[in-house]
Amino acid sequence: MEATDRTASSEAPADPQARPADPPVDPQARPTDLPARPADLRAHLPGLEPDRRVTDWGRSELVEQALERTVYDFLYHYWFRVQAEGIEKVPEDGPALLLANRAGGLPITATMIAKSLRHRRRLHFATTRSLDAVPGLDMFLTKAGAVPAHPANLHRLLFDEREAVLGFPEGGSARPLRDRYRLKSFEHLELIRAALSARAPIVPVAVLGAEEASPVLASPRWLRLSATAPLPMPAKIRIRVLDPVWRTGGDVETLAADLRALIQENLVEMLAARRSVWLG
Amino acid sequence: VRRILITGVSAAVGGRVAQALERDPGFEAVIGVDTDDPRHEFRRTEFVRVALERRPLSRIIAAAGIDTVLDTRLIDHPLSAPAKRIEAANEAGTAELIAACAAQDTAVTRLIVKSSAAYYGHGPGRPAFLTEDTTPQPRTAIERSIQATERMLREHQARHPQTKVSIIRFPDVIGGDSRAGGALAGLLQLPVVPAVLGFDPRLATIHHEDVVGALVHAARHDLQGAYNASADGVLTLSEMASLLGKTLLPILPPVGTGFAAAQLRRLGLRAPVELVRQLRHGRALDNRRLKASGFAFAYTSREALVQIRAQQQLRPLLTAGGESYRYEPDLEEFLRWSPSVRGHGPPAAGQAAQSQPAQSEAALSQAAASQTTTTSPGQAATSSNDAISQDDLVELIDSLDDEGLRELRSYEEAHRARPAVLEALGRSLARRTP
Repeated sequence: MEATDRTASSEAPADPQARPADPPVDPQARPTDLPARPADLRAHLPGLEPDRRVTDWGRSELVEQALERTVYDFLYHYWFRVQAEGIEKVPEDGPALLLANRAGGLPITATMIAKSLRHRRRLHFATTRSLDAVPGLDMFLTKAGAVPAHPANLHRLLFDEREAVLGFPEGGSARPLRDRYRLKSFEHLELIRAALSARAPIVPVAVLGAEEASPVLASPRWLRLSATAPLPMPAKIRIRVLDPVWRTGGDVETLAADLRALIQENLVEMLAARRSVWLG
Repeated sequence: VRRILITGVSAAVGGRVAQALERDPGFEAVIGVDTDDPRHEFRRTEFVRVALERRPLSRIIAAAGIDTVLDTRLIDHPLSAPAKRIEAANEAGTAELIAACAAQDTAVTRLIVKSSAAYYGHGPGRPAFLTEDTTPQPRTAIERSIQATERMLREHQARHPQTKVSIIRFPDVIGGDSRAGGALAGLLQLPVVPAVLGFDPRLATIHHEDVVGALVHAARHDLQGAYNASADGVLTLSEMASLLGKTLLPILPPVGTGFAAAQLRRLGLRAPVELVRQLRHGRALDNRRLKASGFAFAYTSREALVQIRAQQQLRPLLTAGGESYRYEPDLEEFLRWSPSVRGHGPPAAGQAAQSQPAQSEAALSQAAASQTTTTSPGQAATSSNDAISQDDLVELIDSLDDEGLRELRSYEEAHRARPAVLEALGRSLARRTP
């Protein structure tokens, strides 16, 4: 169970020592350079081949369906009893960047958000840490819908393919349980930059319950992953989608601070309304 | 009207490019050079055998008034020669070519170079779709030599702004003429497809036909700068294996992959470093710049794989025949220049030559047709000969022996009975049994 969970969801936030500089960034592909590629290249994206069951990103329909039927369904309905509000605020088509607060030790949040949106649209998960070094894990995450948060990848997904991307912009290592729901500053600014250059709306998402579901007991520096409960705890998960933010320019860091404050505010409000960790 | 010089004309790609361009009235002179005899039959292309490291190239270019040079000579296949020789061929050969193009008395205004996606190298943390301006990270000798070659070409472009230098980068070539294939094509020939445990790389490929098509496109149109020529559709290795109906065998361990590959090499299995890195990290290219310039690919990656599957099933029938064409300098000279030859048209024995270049253009224009003939892998499994596109079949006919021909004819009559195929079969049989 623990293993499936870890792999099924796809964020880097679970990683205690994610350094913002971790994915080697191509100097040629910085978002400042990206708009130089002419927009009309969008017309030349490869067409759909209906016989294929794998996308060009390596995402496998078969793996996704298998996970959906076995793991996601059970977790969503019975284990976490997810309640989502504001789903209709996610744009039905066109690009969108969803930014959520980090989950606890295991990246559960991403799959639960994706599951709550499944009737609306497909999500790609931006992983802010490269997992190339881990055999099997990287392959599995890619098949389950993860895409490395390289500026060029984000730009292609948001601008060219007009897809929806979910990212976790908090920096630093996973918080221990005593600091839960105190958001760190947003350090993965490449997510926000990509949304701005693609003129994509940013949809903030506040998630309550994930930090109790997989509490981080300790995150010593020498360990690459934080020590966490081996199985996710059956905490009640509440997802609140906030109003989309449309920006096309302005200071990225100010916007990041604003978004962080917005999600923090909503988390405080949801925490105050919560009566029980397990029943909600 | 252009006058073009093609290097590497005796290789699978260069020969086909020459055959396509000699049919184009927009090229009034087509001159092919190489170090070996050509393996393709030419109607109009004049072949000159040169050693690239010597000086005759600049004399040919000056004497023939060449204005377009198409260089298909770069090597990116690690198994085709020792690394040192590949390096020498790539870097010294290109330096020689550039010097010839830049000489005083030449009028070369366009230089088209067939380069390789090996330029980018393999590695972690790279964009999922490499664009033309992604910074290369070469690791191996071949990758570095390709990069050094391109640097020379860029410098040439900077020094001679009136010359248009276009660099077309091709990923692994699959399908079509097996001699053109790279390391990946060789891998896909194996009875099982080896893999690195725990990795399923995304791989860029291009069909042999599209390599020829892209170079012809670059010769006909004014392209400038670098272009990625990679077929639409990025397949994962597991997807390729299932399209070929083969088993994926994770034979290489994820830790100590290089060491394991070295042991395999000791056992005689050919596993070059580039291929091992490719199987681990994969690589995909963004081909939209080339498509935006007006080029249409004939095959998607998936269609190329479906065709390979059909060819692999047909292979036992094909191994019997040898090479159908042999270069005879005296005969070629007689056919081209003797006043006794009527019309200076195609050589008398040129039926095969007609069908071959016809194929390249037909294949380009018949993208739709080949897509319909190579549809589902299930269908390909039941009737492999049917799934091979008509053009490919016609091309293969000359390499069959008599018995294979008769067998194929009875098969074709019983199944799809395509008139063009039957006609070519009849012609070939008639030629052989005088």
